[in-house]
This record gives sequence, structure tokens and C-alpha cells, in this order.
Amino acid sequence: MILNKEQQEILDGAKGETLAKVMKTLVMYGDAFGAEKMVPVTSEYNHLVTSFGLKMMTPVFELMQQLIDAGAISQQKFSVDPRPLDKNVPANFLQNLVFNKFMYATQESYEKQLRELGLMDEDAFTCTCYLDEVGNKPKKGDVLSWAESSAVVYANSVLGARCNRNSGIMDIMGSIVGYVPYFGLLTDEGRRATWVVKIETEKKPEAQLLGSAIGMKVMEDVPYVYGLDKWIGNELNESACTYLKDFGAATASNGAVGLYHIDGLTPEAVELGDKLIAEGARVYVIDDAELERVKAGYPVMWKKENAKPKLCFMGCPHMTLEQLKSWTDRIEAGLKASGNKKVLIPTVFTASVAVLREFNKTEYAERLKATGVITSYICPLMYMNNPLCKSMPVITSSNKLRTYTTARYYTDDEILAALTKGGNK
Amino acid sequence: MREFKGRVVTPGNVTAEAVVTHGGFNTLASLQGALQFGDKTATCKDQNNPDLFGKPTAGKALCLPMTIGSTTGGLVLYCACAMHRQPACMLFSEHIDSLAAAGAILADVWVDGVTMPVIDCLGAEFLDYVKDGMTVTVKDDGVVVVE
Repeated sequence: MILNKEQQEILDGAKGETLAKVMKTLVMYGDAFGAEKMVPVTSEYNHLVTSFGLKMMTPVFELMQQLIDAGAISQQKFSVDPRPLDKNVPANFLQNLVFNKFMYATQESYEKQLRELGLMDEDAFTCTCYLDEVGNKPKKGDVLSWAESSAVVYANSVLGARCNRNSGIMDIMGSIVGYVPYFGLLTDEGRRATWVVKIETEKKPEAQLLGSAIGMKVMEDVPYVYGLDKWIGNELNESACTYLKDFGAATASNGAVGLYHIDGLTPEAVELGDKLIAEGARVYVIDDAELERVKAGYPVMWKKENAKPKLCFMGCPHMTLEQLKSWTDRIEAGLKASGNKKVLIPTVFTASVAVLREFNKTEYAERLKATGVITSYICPLMYMNNPLCKSMPVITSSNKLRTYTTARYYTDDEILAALTKGGNK
Repeated sequence: MREFKGRVVTPGNVTAEAVVTHGGFNTLASLQGALQFGDKTATCKDQNNPDLFGKPTAGKALCLPMTIGSTTGGLVLYCACAMHRQPACMLFSEHIDSLAAAGAILADVWVDGVTMPVIDCLGAEFLDYVKDGMTVTVKDDGVVVVE
């Protein structure tokens, strides 16, 4: 890799041993992918994936402290993934004990480190940093040093920014030196599609199920998707962006997709169309039967397959304002139709603090509360990441949450029925 | 016995018993539980990986196509190395992905006294040939001997 004078000086130790190690890490990272140069990070803000003071991550906290002690802090302010704890979310005595005294005992000290390193503000904890209410929304063509798989795939695909699927820690290193190695999804060639996906369903495909199917098939490749605009339109409005948020999160967690193109909808597909498709691209046709096959293949991790659900989590990734409102309407209608007054399963809707603040200004907030649904800024994945949740039958329509925990996936309609009519789903 | 030649991502010499996954290795789903609750064998907890679910990974020659999933993957691997619960080596049939590369490089630069050779581009034939329990020897020039 050819470094400019400033980069070479940092690598040679002109700004201290710690910054030299940061630069060495980024150079080795680039070398692994044949990068020939480093390019400046151009976004206003960064986004980090590590928000949780999990004891297991002690080596990360020690590394962060090395950076702070050496004055190697981020040149950009950053948002970060959601907090793992919220007292509003139902937890029994034992769970609270395990969460606060064992698993997340270092949460407070880690948040202090994040503030020292460049946290945007106290409310900047969400995986959906790119929503207008949160304010970390990169522009088309911006070069990012982000992590968080669902945010990276959204920024690349829907916003047209350029970011590799950086790991935690690597994310902050890019914004400490202000450069990232130029390879992969930063390059025009790396953004070309090596898969063509044809949607041939008879009904609108469930975003989280479609994303799962594509992620499992293409893994880390870039898919160009035909036939989805038929179901979600040709305009990147709030509804389409919400769909793509959930779709993308599933492609990234069930596979390793960092960028997708939707024909006639996402910015590069609108500009370049099928010129984005690489020669020899493979083809994957998805119909309703294929989606059913994928769904039927999900393992059930509950101890008792037919157990009554004890908790429902919605919002992984965090819900948008539109989702909170539309789910309020759907739950009210479902309860009215079934003659019930409140949801039949304890239910938590998760969203960013900023989105919840806006939601609470609307009349929907009181209506949702009246149905018994709780709102929270928590990360459901982190909440469920403990042995006590293993025996807890949790349902969700998040394919990301299903992938990393024992939560069981159901479609939105199935979730609605479970919440308002009862039964096992 | 067969010999394969790959590209060295992080160098080293090691001999270990193979564990093999033909699907992507989801680092967070596989290792988070094990690292968090004191499992020194780093048993794979990924319910979606029938090849590896329930098998120990620490000290093994982990043979895989790529890693997938959460972008915490690299730091999870870094933590595994810092806690001495990492695989003996990671052997990729395909080009290494950005998360695994990050984990291996972070460990190489920032963790003292830990060596985890990582070789990629070993080819589909490598993953077809190697089976659980085989003995794998990695050399620092990228040669991998499977027997």
C-alpha cells in the first residue's frame, strides 16, 4: 500500500506508539484485501457497534483505555448501538441480578470511555442512527468507517454511502486517524452485483424473511434484486425505507451482505441499472414456496416447542416512527376484533430515544400504552444474550434476533394474531 | 495426506485437530455464549450451523469458507484471542472476509504472546477434503498439510 506523507509519519511513530499501532492495524487490514491506498473518511459522524459493558469484552475496554490514555480519540463524534439495559423492560429478580451485577457490571465505566472517545450525546445509542430523528445520516458518496451490520448495509444500499463491513474496534480506528483502506465496497468494482435475484412471489414478501433467504444464498456477495419495486414502489419514501431497513438487517445477519441494489429504487440502481451487474452473475429466483422453505428451516430453540410465549420483542433493528404508529393501529384493530383489551403476551417495542421522543409527542403513544405494549430504547439482542433467556419462550418478527438468540421467528401477521387473539403464535 | 497452499494473512506454525464448517462461521452467534460464561473450550453455540453446533473450537484448526453475521465478529475473535480461547488456526477456503481479517489483525497487533495463524484462499477442494478429527499442520509460508 502506498501511504501519503502524513500516513507514513503516523505509521513511523511521529505521533506516538499508540497511533502508530492504530495505523499499522489499518494498513494490515487494507493489505489483506489488496488495498493500494488509504482514503479520507468524509462523513460527519461515525457509528460504532460496541455499546455494551459486557464483562466478556474486558480486552476491548483495555484497548479503548490505551487509546484514551494516548490521546488517540476519534476525530469524528459518533453514535453507537443501543444500550443493553432498561428498567422498563420486564425482568424478574434473578434476571436483574444477573444483568446488573454480573453481565453488564461494566456498563457505566464503558459509557464513560465512549464519552471520552467522542460519543455524539447521551441519547446516541441506537442501531438506526441513520434515521432523521437521530441525525447521523451520511450523504451519497460519503466514505464511512462504520460498523453495525444493519447500519452499514442501509448506508451503502439506501443512502449510497461507501463503507466496508468493518468490525467493532476497526470502526473507531478509522476515525482516529481519519483514513480507511480503499477496497471492497468503497470501490466501484466492489459495488457491482455478482447475484441477480428475481422476486416472483404472489404477495408482498415479508421483509425479514426475504432478507434472510437472500443473505443465506449470496452470503457476502452483492445482490441486484428485480421485482421488489412491484411491492414497495419506486420511491424511497418512509414506507420503502422502513421495509429496506428490516430487509437489509436480515441479509446482513443471516448472511454477510454489505450492499444490495433494488432495481428501480435504490440510488445506484436508479442511476446505473443493470450496468451494475457483473458478468457471470448467478441467478436466484424467489417465489412464495422458496420463502416457506426458508422459514420452515429455522431451528426451534425453545425447550418446549409448544410453550406459551412469555415475551414478544419487536424492533431489531430499532423501529421507525412509522412502524410504531402503524403497529399501534394494527394492535388496536386486532384487539377490537378479538374482544380483548390488552395484548395477551408481554410485548416490548424498541426504538431509539430520539424516535421514542417524537412518538411520545403524538396521540399514538397513549393509545399504544393502553394496549399494554411497552416501549424501550433497549437492544433486544443484548437483553436475551444470557442463559436465563434460554428457557424463556420469546417471539419476534426479527430475523436478526432469531439468528443470535433463542427467540422464535414469526411473520408480522402471526405476531399480531398471537398478541391480540392468543394461542402459541 | 494432502497438501494445500494458501495466502498468509497472519503467519505461524501449528498442528491441531480439524473442525470443519461448510457454511459461513457466524462468529458472534458461535462464540458469544462460550466467551461470556467461562467456557474454555469455546463450544460453538450457533443454532444455524449444523456442522459446528455443540463442538469445541478453542485450540482446533477451524476450517471454514468465511465468517458471517454481526460486525462485532472481529472484536469477538479479538476477545477470544486475548482470553486464550481462540482456534489454533483459521483456514479459509475463500478469500478472508473483513470481519475475520479484523479480528486476526487486531489480535496480531494488540495482543502480546498470542499466535493464531490465518491462511485464506485454500480453495473449495480443501474444504471438500478436510474432515472433523483430521490432523492439520500449518506452516508459515501458507502450506497446509491435512492427514
